Amino acid sequence: MSSAHETAAAVRSGSRSAREVTEEALRTITARDGDVHAFLTVLADEAMARADVIDAAVSAGEDPGALAGVPIALKDNLCTRGVATTCGSKILEGWRPPYDATVVEKLRVAGAVVVGKTNMDEFAMGSSTENSAFGPTCNPRDLTKVPGGSSGGSAAAVAAGFTLLGLGSDTGGSIRQPAALCGVVGMKPTYGRVSRYGLVAFASSLDQIGPFATSVADAALLYDVLAGHDPLDSTSLPMASPPAFETIEKGVDGVRVGVCTDLIDGCAPDVQARVRQAAEALAAAGAEVDEVRVPEFAYGLSAYYLIAPAEASSNLARYDGVRYGLRVDAEDAAAMNTATRTAGFGAEVKRRIMLGTYALSAGYYDAYYAQAQRVRTMVMRAFDSAYASFHVLLGATAPTTAFALGDKVDDPMAMYMNDVCTIPSNLAGHPAVSVPFGTGDDGLPVGVQVLAPALAEPLLFQVARVVEAAA
Amino acid sequence: MSRPEGAGTSPGGTPARLSREDVVHVARLARLSLSDEEVELFTAQLQTVLDHAADVAALDLAHLEPSSHPIPVENALRLDVPRPGLDRDEALAMAPLVEDHRFRVPRIGEAP
Repeated sequence: MSSAHETAAAVRSGSRSAREVTEEALRTITARDGDVHAFLTVLADEAMARADVIDAAVSAGEDPGALAGVPIALKDNLCTRGVATTCGSKILEGWRPPYDATVVEKLRVAGAVVVGKTNMDEFAMGSSTENSAFGPTCNPRDLTKVPGGSSGGSAAAVAAGFTLLGLGSDTGGSIRQPAALCGVVGMKPTYGRVSRYGLVAFASSLDQIGPFATSVADAALLYDVLAGHDPLDSTSLPMASPPAFETIEKGVDGVRVGVCTDLIDGCAPDVQARVRQAAEALAAAGAEVDEVRVPEFAYGLSAYYLIAPAEASSNLARYDGVRYGLRVDAEDAAAMNTATRTAGFGAEVKRRIMLGTYALSAGYYDAYYAQAQRVRTMVMRAFDSAYASFHVLLGATAPTTAFALGDKVDDPMAMYMNDVCTIPSNLAGHPAVSVPFGTGDDGLPVGVQVLAPALAEPLLFQVARVVEAAA
Repeated sequence: MSRPEGAGTSPGGTPARLSREDVVHVARLARLSLSDEEVELFTAQLQTVLDHAADVAALDLAHLEPSSHPIPVENALRLDVPRPGLDRDEALAMAPLVEDHRFRVPRIGEAP
C-alpha cells in the first residue's frame, strides 16, 4: 500500500476505487492477522459498504473528504455504535455502544473506512498488550516480541500493513511506546485538542486520543481530521486548531532543540545511540541543538502510578453489573457487584483499582495522591523552564526495543518502567510524537521522541518530519 | 487529613508497609473478592509500587499547589436549549436485566 495522503488523493480523483483499497486491506488481514492478532473485530461487510458509499460520492462529483477510502483500525476503547467495544475486557464482552465516539464520527465525515477494532491491554492498562482478556498481539517485526501497549493492536495493524492509519489512546505512553516498538509513527496531541467523547475512560486527566501512521505526513493528516473543539467533551479546548499537515515540510532552521539527557541516559546503549544520531541530524538540518537537564522527570513515573490508578479506581466503579456488560448474579446487589467485578476484571486492572483505592483512602490521600499531584505541578514547571530556552525537546520513546512476550508479565514494576520517557508529556498535557529511527542491536525498531509545549502540534510535526527524513 | 502513625513516608523515613489486612480492606472498598493466593501476590506487588513511590513521598513540596488537570478549562457552557437525550429503550438495551423499563437488580440491603 502507498501512503494515506496518496491513497486519499487517488480515491478523490477517481483513479483508484475505495472498494479496491478496502479489499486489499481485508485480504492482507485475512492472510496474516492469524499470526499477529491485531484485531478483536474485523468489520469486513461494514467496510465494503462504506467503501461503496465513498465511490458513489466520487462518481456523483462530491468530495468524500481528506481521508477518502483510507482504511483505518480503531482501538477497542473507542465507542462504535452497534459494534462491539470491549476495551480488551471480559466485563464489556458483547457490549454494543448506543453512540459513536466523536473521533469515529469525524473519520466518517472525512471518508475513512473503519476496517476493525484492535486489541489492547485491558482498559488501556499495560505496556505490552498482554493484559488483553482476548490474548496478546504479536509484534509484526518479530512475532516472538510484544508490540508494546496499551494500543498494541493499532500499532501492529499499521506496522503489518493491514491499514494505513490507526487510532489509539495515550494515558502514559500508550500510543508512542507501541509505535516505537513496532516501527511506526505514533502521536499524542495536547490534552483537550482531540475530543474524548466516546473514549472509554481510564484516567480522565491524562487520556488523549491520537494517530498511528507509517509516516509523519500521514500522522499529521489524520491529526488534522481529529483535532478541534467538541461541546460534548467539557475538557475539549474551545479554540480553533491550526492545521499541521500543510506545514510539515517547513524544516527546522533556527528551531532550538533541547536534547533531554533525563529522557536518554536510563535507556539501553543502542537506543541512546539512535537518539544522539537524530540530534545530530537535526543540527545538520539547521536546528540549534543543545543538551538540557530536567531532573524532575525522574519523579514522573511514581507520580503517574499513583494518579492514573486513583482516577481509574473512580472511573471503573461504573462496572457494577447493573446497566451494561457482564453480570454475575448473587443474593444481593453488593454481592452481585463484587462477583461481577471479580469475574470480569483481569489481574492488572484489579491491581490498579486497588492501588488507586489505597492512594485515595483516608489516611493516605495526602501522602500519596495529593503529593503526586504536587509532583505533577513540579513537572509542569520544569517543562516551562526547559521551554524558556528551547522550542522542542528530544529524547527516547521507550528504554529498549521490543521485549519478548511473557518477559515482564509477572513483574508489574518492570512493565511500568517502559513508560518512564513518555509519562512527563501526559502529566503536563503536552503533545509528543514517536518517530522510527533505525534499529537496535537486535535489528528491531527504535523510536525517537519529539516533545513540544501545549498547542505546538504544527512545530512538533515539522521537527518530526526532519527526524524521519534522516532516519 | 493527617496520616496515621507510620503511614506513607516521611522525609528520610521508611516506605509504608502494606499488610495483608490492608489489601483485603482495599479490595472490599473496591468491591473485589480475592483468593488467599491473590492477597499474597497483590500485597507483594503493591508494596513494590509503593516502595518506588517513596521517592515522591519523600519530596518536600509544601510550596506547590496540587494539579488535578494539565490545562485549565473553566465553565464549559452551552445554550440552555432542550435537545434529545439517549432513547430510553436504547439505554436499557444493553442491560443484563430489565423490568418495566427499569434496570432490575437483586435486593439492596437486608430482607425485612
